[in-house]
Amino acid sequence: MAYDFPALGLILLFPALGVLFNLFLGARAGRAAVNFVGPAVIFVPFAVGLIALVKLLALPAGAALVAPLWSWITAGPFHVDFALRFDALTAVMVLVVSGVGGLIHVYSAGYMAEDADYARFFTYMNLFTLAMLLLVLADNLLLMFVGWEGVGLCSYLLIAFWYDHAEFAYNGRKAFIVTRIGDAGFLVGIFTVAAALAAHGVWTLNFAEMRAHTDLLRPVALVAGLLLFLGATGKSAQLPLYVWLPDAMVGPTPVSALIHAATMVTAGVYMIARLGFLYTLAPEALTVVAVVGTVTSFFAATVALVQSDIKRVLAYSTISQIGYMMLGVGTGAFAAGIFHLMTHAFFKALLFLCAGAVIHALGGEQDMRKMGGLRRRLPITSLTMLIATLAISGIFPFAGFFSKDLILEAAYTSGYRGLYVIGLITAGLTSCYMFRLIFMTFYGESRLTAEQEHYVHEAPAAMTIPLIVLAVLSLVGGWVGLPRGLMWGDAFARFLDPVVGHPAATVEVSTLALSALATLVAVAGIVVAWVFYLRLPGLPMLLAHHAAALYRILTGKYYVDELYNLLISRPLFWLSTNFLARGVDNAVINGIVDGTGLTVEGGGEGLRQVENGNVRSYALVYLLGAIAVLAYYVARVTR
Amino acid sequence: MTPVSYFMGLSAVLFAIGVAGMIVRRNLIVMFMSIELMLNAVNLAFVALGRQLGSMDGQVIVFFAMTVAAAETAIGLGILIATFRNRATIDADDLNLLRW
Repeated sequence: MAYDFPALGLILLFPALGVLFNLFLGARAGRAAVNFVGPAVIFVPFAVGLIALVKLLALPAGAALVAPLWSWITAGPFHVDFALRFDALTAVMVLVVSGVGGLIHVYSAGYMAEDADYARFFTYMNLFTLAMLLLVLADNLLLMFVGWEGVGLCSYLLIAFWYDHAEFAYNGRKAFIVTRIGDAGFLVGIFTVAAALAAHGVWTLNFAEMRAHTDLLRPVALVAGLLLFLGATGKSAQLPLYVWLPDAMVGPTPVSALIHAATMVTAGVYMIARLGFLYTLAPEALTVVAVVGTVTSFFAATVALVQSDIKRVLAYSTISQIGYMMLGVGTGAFAAGIFHLMTHAFFKALLFLCAGAVIHALGGEQDMRKMGGLRRRLPITSLTMLIATLAISGIFPFAGFFSKDLILEAAYTSGYRGLYVIGLITAGLTSCYMFRLIFMTFYGESRLTAEQEHYVHEAPAAMTIPLIVLAVLSLVGGWVGLPRGLMWGDAFARFLDPVVGHPAATVEVSTLALSALATLVAVAGIVVAWVFYLRLPGLPMLLAHHAAALYRILTGKYYVDELYNLLISRPLFWLSTNFLARGVDNAVINGIVDGTGLTVEGGGEGLRQVENGNVRSYALVYLLGAIAVLAYYVARVTR
Repeated sequence: MTPVSYFMGLSAVLFAIGVAGMIVRRNLIVMFMSIELMLNAVNLAFVALGRQLGSMDGQVIVFFAMTVAAAETAIGLGILIATFRNRATIDADDLNLLRW
């Protein structure tokens, strides 16, 4: 059931207008205008999204609002429309992207107050949000791919925002290239799906029509699912393509918040939920998703335990949390995965914005070993960050508790006992490293320099207001998905299930017991962090000393970057410099180009000898020419 | 009547002298005179052939050629004087600025 709602176009139109305004008029219009237009064009889609949601709720479950805007590609029987679709899943995504994204835009106005390039910054931020909104609103795979590539491009532009810094530019390129590897898989996945459908005369990539022809997709479901998941590992920073995300930290902090919370990394989870009907055809593909997610989740959590850069800890925690979402959708509990995506957007945006406020207050310091005791100096930041940390740790009644519980429950009930245990351990690690961050930053002795002590200050209102709003959301955001049977109960899942489907539970279990266990583990993590970083501050060093090998591996991030460099980057660089650059480029291509020039130059050099300025030699040549012409005619006549 | 071949022979000899003078001599005035000689050799051929063929065309062309030659002489001598004033020479081999 689809109902026409052309106003959906406004959701894309306003950010697009924002991009144009900031790009062409931003620098001329001045900072105040950009600071108003930048966030405003993101809040309009939020308002339109709310109206659409109200309309959607009045319709029967499983209905969708559609806006077929125009015909985009027509090639024989194959055609793709530029059409938007707003169902329950899209509703959640649009509101999260535009709501959280809008708050981040407001915060940016404060954060970038000192930066001269504010117009370019807001151009990219608006474009980023636009691309993500297009991704979630698209009603077919190809249009989704446009948004998919758009967020990739914008992540590159924003990570390398301060491009005059060589390392930052390098990290931007790294993000672009690594996600591009995944995108190649994604594209081949689209081709696979299109070919399988076209072989039976169904020339479409429309989600609704794909869903109606699942029988045709069944033979390719496994291959297509895995290929599309490869794209998701790139965008959503899962093993083995997660390496770009920790390095994406070099962009301005609001960018990190946008990448980690509202846009980009959630795209992979959304894509799998959107194509849930395809994935359920191939349970093996879903198992791969679940296993990769869980392993990534655990792996990233262990790395996060020992990092000392505040943003790097948060980056690994994002990888870990996205792993959770993958575990959720991998067990078929798509609603649980999307639920965690939503709550994660709240508290992860908050965490990053708080970290940004701390960095801002300390004049660019990101090393937690040089912080401490900031609680009294930054009251709002420390309180909101504590709320976010409680939320990500899964402490009742904060948002993360409900969503993480739902995922672990789904893992348990669908029979993935091993994955459940790893997920539970990861939950403990999560609360441990997050509270380590809190204790090192806001509690204990101050390790600031005298100069920093002097100017450390709470952020301006443009930055603290988004923090407070997000803190409230981190607290209450999970309440839409209470455990089944409690008050309004599982409202979130009931809203989504008609669209994404619901897993069949194979194992009966008491929800309460699982929740209690998860909370226990999370609290244990907090206690460990407390003992290590507040009670006995010497203990971490002692442990690092005794388990030196393990500590080195963890601080070295398992040396994955080094391994990739050795196996892939270095040989590629070698091949590029020695063969492609020196051999092909220099010898062949440059040779052809230079050869053309040299031929002309040599010809000119020879011909200019004729122009010797001697009138009499010209006359001689003229004479010879005349004789030649004459001889020709004489020869013709006499023949 | 004098055979036309005599005229043609004289014309060819005059033309050859003109060509040789043009190529061999370096004095611009002499070269100029050589050009006039060649023009008049051709004029001779034209009138001779015109009479031979009983056509007026030959004579008409000669009048044109003489007109053009007069104009050409005026301009050429003007250039020559201007050159001499500037360079104090009328040696063709010294006037070789316009090369390469």
